[in-house]
Amino acid sequence: MLCHKLMTTGGHVLQEISLNILDIAENGVKAGASVVEIAVDEQPQKDLLTVTIKDNGCGMDAEKLQQVTDPFFTSRTTRKVGLGVPFIKMAAEMTGGRFSIESTVGVGTTVTAQFGYSHIDRMPLGNLVDTVTALVQCNPHMDFLYTHIRGDQVFVMDTKEFRAVLGDEISLAEPEVVQYIRAFLAEGEQSVI
Amino acid sequence: MKSLAELQAIRERMQGTVGLRGDNTDKIRVVVGMATCGIAAGARPVLTAMTEEVAKRNLDNVTVTQTGCIGLCQYEPLVEVYVPGQEKVTYVKMTPEKALKVVEDHLVNGNPVAEYTIGR
Repeated sequence: MLCHKLMTTGGHVLQEISLNILDIAENGVKAGASVVEIAVDEQPQKDLLTVTIKDNGCGMDAEKLQQVTDPFFTSRTTRKVGLGVPFIKMAAEMTGGRFSIESTVGVGTTVTAQFGYSHIDRMPLGNLVDTVTALVQCNPHMDFLYTHIRGDQVFVMDTKEFRAVLGDEISLAEPEVVQYIRAFLAEGEQSVI
Repeated sequence: MKSLAELQAIRERMQGTVGLRGDNTDKIRVVVGMATCGIAAGARPVLTAMTEEVAKRNLDNVTVTQTGCIGLCQYEPLVEVYVPGQEKVTYVKMTPEKALKVVEDHLVNGNPVAEYTIGR
């Protein structure tokens, strides 16, 4: 059973931070968010890499919030494990970093994972272009704000800006638009390397 | 340099043609499983490969999207294909290479790739 294998291998199958980001952002989508904000902040000189995923979805009450880091807690009915949050928590803590999750019912949820930048167990960031593109094309009715900071370099992608240009009739999932977004992200990622 | 002006040009090219393609109920839906099990098994490259191939072939009648946990985690990455009027086809253990064959055989030519489906 893959889920069981995932747990016993300690989450190593999600081998890039960008895959964890995709996974957690999907929780925001599931929570009915209209906006998901993803921030990647690399500060090598402080030996910190901070990932923040914030949604304005339905949020969780105090009881759920306490349970969400437990791999055997999930809101889905198809399986008895919910691994996304436990994975990113473990990935951060393994590097001497910190994890926090805050939530308010009716307001939304914020996940913050801080990694030791140079720690030997710190996973690579991986393919953020694919992650953000996948999120936008699969959820064209939602807005995504993606920020990548490295030192003092900043790259921002805001789907609200794209939507303002495209108007209401042209979906962000249109293939030509997806290609544009992918290229926009690729260029932006290059600019902060 | 990617600019918003380029996006504006895309809008101008597409304006007026969007309505001609019919609404979403006529379209073939390709759904990629994107829960933790799917992502861990490699769903993201499958989604990327399918999307790019559909775009490359200008398949206006196909939308590629995602779903959550389908409940068959050991078979991930999973891709479900819904052709209007036909039974759903569930592809298991998908890869970017298999995705290309599904686009060609199933989406373009209407022949599901039986060896990639569940039960094989």
